[in-house]
Amino acid sequence: MNYHLNHLKELESESIYVIREVAAQFENPVLMFSGGKDSILMTYLAQKAFYPARIPFPLLHIDTGHNFPETIAFRDKLVERLGVRLIVGSVQEAIDNGRIQEEKGFNASRNSLQTAVLLESLEKGGYDAALGGARRDEEKARAKERFFSHRDEFGQWDPKNQRPELWNLFNGKKHFGEHFRVFPISNWTELDVWQYLLTEGVDLPSIYLAHQRDCFVRNGVILADSEFIMKRPEEKVEKMTVRFRTIGDMTCTGASLSDASSFEEIVEEVATTRVTERGGRADDKRSETAMEDRKKQGYF
Amino acid sequence: MELLRFTTAGSVDDGKSTLIGRLLYDSKSIFEDQYEQVRETTERRGEEGVNLALLTDGLKAEREQGITIDVAYRYFATPKRKFIIADTPGHTQYTRNMVTGASTANVALILIDARQGVVEQTKRHAIIASLLQIPHMVVCINKMDLVDYNEDRYNEIHDDFERFASKLDVHDISFIPISALLGDNVVDRSDKTEWYEGPTLLYYLENVHIASDYNFIDCRFPVQFVIRPNTDEFHDYRGYSGRIAGGIYRKGDEVMLLPSGFTSKIARIDTFDGEVEEAFPPMSVTMLLDDDLDLSRGDMIVRANNVPRNDQDFDLMVCWFSEKPIQLRGKYSILHTTQDARCVVKEIRYKMDVNTLHRDMEDQHVGMNDIARISIRTTKPLFADAYRKNRITGSVLLIDEGTHVTVAAGMII
Repeated sequence: MNYHLNHLKELESESIYVIREVAAQFENPVLMFSGGKDSILMTYLAQKAFYPARIPFPLLHIDTGHNFPETIAFRDKLVERLGVRLIVGSVQEAIDNGRIQEEKGFNASRNSLQTAVLLESLEKGGYDAALGGARRDEEKARAKERFFSHRDEFGQWDPKNQRPELWNLFNGKKHFGEHFRVFPISNWTELDVWQYLLTEGVDLPSIYLAHQRDCFVRNGVILADSEFIMKRPEEKVEKMTVRFRTIGDMTCTGASLSDASSFEEIVEEVATTRVTERGGRADDKRSETAMEDRKKQGYF
Repeated sequence: MELLRFTTAGSVDDGKSTLIGRLLYDSKSIFEDQYEQVRETTERRGEEGVNLALLTDGLKAEREQGITIDVAYRYFATPKRKFIIADTPGHTQYTRNMVTGASTANVALILIDARQGVVEQTKRHAIIASLLQIPHMVVCINKMDLVDYNEDRYNEIHDDFERFASKLDVHDISFIPISALLGDNVVDRSDKTEWYEGPTLLYYLENVHIASDYNFIDCRFPVQFVIRPNTDEFHDYRGYSGRIAGGIYRKGDEVMLLPSGFTSKIARIDTFDGEVEEAFPPMSVTMLLDDDLDLSRGDMIVRANNVPRNDQDFDLMVCWFSEKPIQLRGKYSILHTTQDARCVVKEIRYKMDVNTLHRDMEDQHVGMNDIARISIRTTKPLFADAYRKNRITGSVLLIDEGTHVTVAAGMII
């Protein structure tokens, strides 16, 4: 017998170790769930980590109200199957109560409003660790992120003053009121995620696969037409064959033209693509350090 | 496909960023939008060409100052292997970042400027790689184009480094003459170094034997979490989950539990994908035992005839991370495998000069980035091995009890 794991099994084992470490070190963890493939992978790995017991923490979804309907349907089915509790932090409700203000204009998005609602939800639930599906290969600020990322009592990230992380020893010690963000799939790349989902036969929302949709183009990004987005007069809606590489709000998630209608075709496409998956995210294009700035304030 | 982790260290101008940029670019791991963003930034700053260092410098402060402050992780893959690069800065004041990057690496990539030969920084990198027991070292003698691909110069540096490395605890060193800028012997074999018969850097990284980098001899299973489903279907299920730190476990094996010393048999080894016959590092599994015994997080499952040290007194080599110097007689939290204890610093034996290996027995001031040998006593026994024998059961973190900040990494001697 050959005693070595392939790279996907090694990544899986590392992630399971980190997820179990969270359950062991923290009193009240929660898993941040967006409905995207990375958070679906996270629930799948958490299920593996505690089998045959249930996942010992709830899922938290920050709902902007601008979701793809497919995402919500998938979420509800998944929660029922896993038998876990779902907590929803509503951006709409926070706007209605006047706690936050909606952005205005053509490029208005609720993306940055999520931060306030996320921090509010974490505080309300008294969560001391929030597991997330962020990966280091996604974005340059995320490349510096730790597995166990400390947040102060305001939920802020201090990238210049991070705790060194060595071997597989994770220091989750903190003061009252502080919390941790934990990223078990830090070392996975987009291709690893797809290869793994394919090998394991994990179910995903249909919009990851190629489909026909009413879309229009803005600043080189293909956006899905919806009631949530204001179009300029010259922006023409047409039917396109597209799929989504990441799923966020309908207002800022770009689609890519693709005929990939199976996981095998997606793996093939990802392996040969020349643009990062966040290349289609309008929220990252606001400035060169858009992600770092949002992360410091407490974004995912 | 296997996973290989390697570490690089270096400072401005030694060609490290160029080398990483080339590995990423030639293996098609840089995407067009990333490249475009870097090109635009280079242009806006009024610099020429495309500054590939901007790809690895992720934080605003790093981009502004043009330096790497922190460890940056980079990913690329070839059809043979997936690679994780821990890219760290090379100055003495970043020793702690180098140590961090080195802690999980299979290979240390050391860069030497062919014009300058073996300098202080080269030695520092090699010493840290040896201290952290990185199993393989590849020395890239870079900028060969600037010494006319001269074989004598290459041999001179090769011999210099070997002489120095003979004082270190390193077992596997390879040398490659390269030019990161022009691509000689990085991905493609150079036609200008016909005297060199070894592999290119990428070929080396794709083929270096890493399958035996883990310890498969001494069975060590630290219990991480106890799984008790409390459902009708799994009413009496009590599983000990964790990641194998050493050795090979099989169903039916006689095992000993620490600290109790009780023995039992492995009833089954569970995973979500079903039972497995064997478990080995670095697998995450759940073990079930024949007997109903008291076992919890921090305990260890081993073999009766091969037990780790079960002790409260240890000597450590530490790398100090904190601005606040080490306190003799000071108390710290200590993390070891899945154990969480406290310890007191009994003695500072010597400080090691990370550039020369010199041991200073007099200097008791151990501050940020210093490396020292200390003696500690822990509040409860740790089940540990020498770091040389097992990097997982031989490593600890020291934590400040007031601020909860990680202040040191320690390797058990």
